[in-house]
Amino acid sequence: MKPILKFLPWFFLALFATEIVAVMLPKKDGDLHVAEFGRLPALLNGRIQPLDSIARNSLLQIRSTGDVPLELLPSWQFWRHPKKLKSTEWLLEVFFTPEVADTRAIFLIHHPDLISELKLGDKGVEKSGLRYYPFNDLSPLTREIMKQASKASELKAEQQTSYQKQVLKLANAINIYQRLKSSIQPEGTENFVQLLADYQAALPDGLKAMKAQQAGREVDDAALQKFMRIAVKIEAAANTSYPRTVPPLDPAADREGWSNVGASLLETVRGGEIQPAVGFYARMANAYAHKNNSEFNSAVAGYKNWLGKDFVRELKKGRAEYYFNQAKLFLHATIIYIVVFVLAGGALLTFGSWPNLSESFRRSASYLVGLAFVVHTFALVYRMVLENRPPVTNLYSSAIFIGWGACVLGLVLERIYRVGFGSAVAGLAGFVTLIISHNLALGGDTMEMMRAVLDTNFWLATHVVVVTLGYASTFVAGVLAMAYVILGVFTPTLAARKELDLSKALAKMVYAIVCFAALFSFTGTVLGGIWADQSWGRFWGWDPKENGALLIVIWNALILHARWGGIVKDRGLINLAIFGNVITAWSWFGTNMLGIGLHSYGFMDAAFKWLMLFVGSQVALIVLGSLPLKMWRSFQQKLA
Amino acid sequence: MLEATYKFFTSVRLAVVLLACGLILVFWGTIAQVKLGLYQAQNEFFRSLFIYWHPAGSSLRIPIFPGGYLVGGLLLVNLFAAHLRYYKPGLKRLGIAMIHLGVVLLLLGQFATDMLSTESYMRIREGSYSNFSESNSRWELAVVDVSGATDDKVVAIPESLLAKGGELAHPEMPFKLRVKTYFVNSDLRGQPFQGFEPVQADNSTGQQIWWRSLPKTTTMDTRDVPSGIVELIEPAGRSQAILVSGNLAPLQMTAGDKAYQLALRPTRYYKPFRLHLLDFRFDRYAGTDTPKNFSSRVRLERADKGEDREVTIRMNEPLRYAGETFFQADWDKTDEKGTVLQVVDNPGWLTPYFACVLVAAGMIWQFMTHLIGFAAKRKSP
Repeated sequence: MKPILKFLPWFFLALFATEIVAVMLPKKDGDLHVAEFGRLPALLNGRIQPLDSIARNSLLQIRSTGDVPLELLPSWQFWRHPKKLKSTEWLLEVFFTPEVADTRAIFLIHHPDLISELKLGDKGVEKSGLRYYPFNDLSPLTREIMKQASKASELKAEQQTSYQKQVLKLANAINIYQRLKSSIQPEGTENFVQLLADYQAALPDGLKAMKAQQAGREVDDAALQKFMRIAVKIEAAANTSYPRTVPPLDPAADREGWSNVGASLLETVRGGEIQPAVGFYARMANAYAHKNNSEFNSAVAGYKNWLGKDFVRELKKGRAEYYFNQAKLFLHATIIYIVVFVLAGGALLTFGSWPNLSESFRRSASYLVGLAFVVHTFALVYRMVLENRPPVTNLYSSAIFIGWGACVLGLVLERIYRVGFGSAVAGLAGFVTLIISHNLALGGDTMEMMRAVLDTNFWLATHVVVVTLGYASTFVAGVLAMAYVILGVFTPTLAARKELDLSKALAKMVYAIVCFAALFSFTGTVLGGIWADQSWGRFWGWDPKENGALLIVIWNALILHARWGGIVKDRGLINLAIFGNVITAWSWFGTNMLGIGLHSYGFMDAAFKWLMLFVGSQVALIVLGSLPLKMWRSFQQKLA
Repeated sequence: MLEATYKFFTSVRLAVVLLACGLILVFWGTIAQVKLGLYQAQNEFFRSLFIYWHPAGSSLRIPIFPGGYLVGGLLLVNLFAAHLRYYKPGLKRLGIAMIHLGVVLLLLGQFATDMLSTESYMRIREGSYSNFSESNSRWELAVVDVSGATDDKVVAIPESLLAKGGELAHPEMPFKLRVKTYFVNSDLRGQPFQGFEPVQADNSTGQQIWWRSLPKTTTMDTRDVPSGIVELIEPAGRSQAILVSGNLAPLQMTAGDKAYQLALRPTRYYKPFRLHLLDFRFDRYAGTDTPKNFSSRVRLERADKGEDREVTIRMNEPLRYAGETFFQADWDKTDEKGTVLQVVDNPGWLTPYFACVLVAAGMIWQFMTHLIGFAAKRKSP
């Protein structure tokens, strides 16, 4: 083998390993300590999370991206990094300089009818065919949008048109944005520190006046008015605030009793000092608005110091999750998976004609699968530790776990048959499932708390994990079968070498994986039944998701029996395995689209179109797979 | 002929065809839930021998596809027969035997559950107790002797007897009952309405009421309201026709010198113990409406065995007691101060546990023997 071919796999490994190390190294903060601010803990969706997560998940719901680009570059110039506001930087603007935030084009509207209905056609900015609008364009329209949204929300999700869904999405985005704006300081505040001082000064006399009014005695009108003017603003903020940023005064009594700035200030009416956290946030607000970096940094540091007394756990959580957000390990794993797929595909296509090049590609791919596995596993475990949960808790994490399971199976296959199939499967499955999970993340927080019924780590760790592995292995068998058909019909690869019959090898792999799939899907499904028996008193309830899992079990059993009974040979097995993809996809997503039953936690219909496309593609492959052998390029020679 | 039948029932081909039928059935039955609701779809697709097609506008029922009981039953026959034909003792095929035995156990267990299990609900308010649970679908006509100092004496007549009609007598009952009309499901109104008929009854609640008969409901979220007219015939020969309905409060009456209640009510299952509800809790995650946990703190009191202890029933942690299982199912939505426990009596509840272990062990056994064989073959070229 030429030295360059020997060197190539190591080059790829070194290249991507360096990239991973680079993204995992902690980054330095700039002059303004944005990252330190992003790490601060707050409570939202029932869980403690860093402000950065709140910013990121809000932006995902508003703009479908985790940050805000400030300049527009054509998307084909992927090597140029446009200037952008990172999630936390954007949140700082929303909190402390809302008038600037109002000019950022963040509201994504992609329904053309809605754009023309709201007469927004000539406003906003366009990127890659999508239109984004700043809040300033929308604020005159909010009343109209909310009116339409409340009408649409009267309908059930299945009955809403895509226009109505878009209206609801936009209304939700505006709602989140407006609530974020008054989460720290009341809307329209110019000097928060001053406002606090005024409030504190007006409080004693104001309270006296209020009591006098209640008792029907003479009232000091001036004092009352002065107090009420501020109190009304604060109350408005208390009612609209989104995250709860103020920790409880007595963490020993109620550690989760966080409140928002407004509510915490109103509490002082009952006596007591203003919460120190509010004071720190006020200093941050003023310093940020006046671009006083050192004052901002010292306020953030002071607050962290104060939290360090009683809230060490929350600080740690904020820091850990912030790091996870920044590293974006799943994104980097996705990139590696694509490269793996391309390399392994190259290895398979050159298998007959350039054996040396093929081997070099194959090795490169298998090294990179190893790297992707390490990154994927690390991120998966990190997420589990953050959540203190088993790997699969919702549709999002099931996608990640299916990708991981497929990667493991691919690694094992590649160890046994060193041809490139294992890597190709790992690459494709890893890439596709991570893309799916990325799209599922657009719904908001992916680490949401578990509803009461699901709040059991034991069953999440057993039933859910095993059944998800069943999905993963059924998919792997299906992808291998796809490779059999595509390579067999269109290329001579399967019969490229005399000493190794690839078609036989592939059929064996598919068979073995189907066996695994049968084991996992059966055990997982029955464990699910036992869970149901434990929590609802019935083993089987014919719920759509249960039925979906049962379909996979039946299908795998059918494939195995058809094979044992000699009803199908290799090609029949392959076609059945491809149909397994359809059944698994239905069970994974289709059942949730019915919108009924206990498991319909992940209702989404944008995915319906994709599901149909996928089913169509699989059926097309089965048709191809049923062509007579003389039309298969791989088998033409053999037959002749 | 016999030979051919034997071959047919033992063939793998039949197994594959049945599995394919099962696949179609499960898929179809899932889709049908959108239209029919879970309960009716279950009955039509899974708890039936055939799926029927009812051509619109006719009363024909044409079987078009095998139902769950037929597919499951044939699969059982096939499994048994195939084992008789192919079974060879020895370790090599032990796994296969275990897998199939597990599946048989699972199918039989589910059939037993369908036939034998009962589900009912126990409603308790905080600070009070209950010693019975109520069915969600079955009804009974209860004649309660409330004259006793401590316990009431109950004569309960199940719905099936009421539906048959005719005369009913019981030594504990001071009168005979003759069922004149019985509707399994009905609608009652306080004024004339199109399609409704006036009720012909003698008692005062039976006056000025119009009713009509309805078919049994099929959806999960609605309940039947049975109604009927029963004639009470006292030994002296005096008789009166009385309206009873699931929608009406128990009727207070006297017969002889005793006070009675007459009520058409959900079938009750009395327990030899009492459950006192000490506290119901509905915990939510901080700052959200997402439920974190539902739990009922109850005191279990059983006089005849001198038992008296406190238990907490919560999501995923039911109370198993006296052959029944009590699950946290629902709560009083008005003030969150009452609980609803689902009570399941299922003699076959353990079968899936054994089945799961058998099948999983069998599969692992089988794959391991294959894998070892495969590895050995690869090592020695």
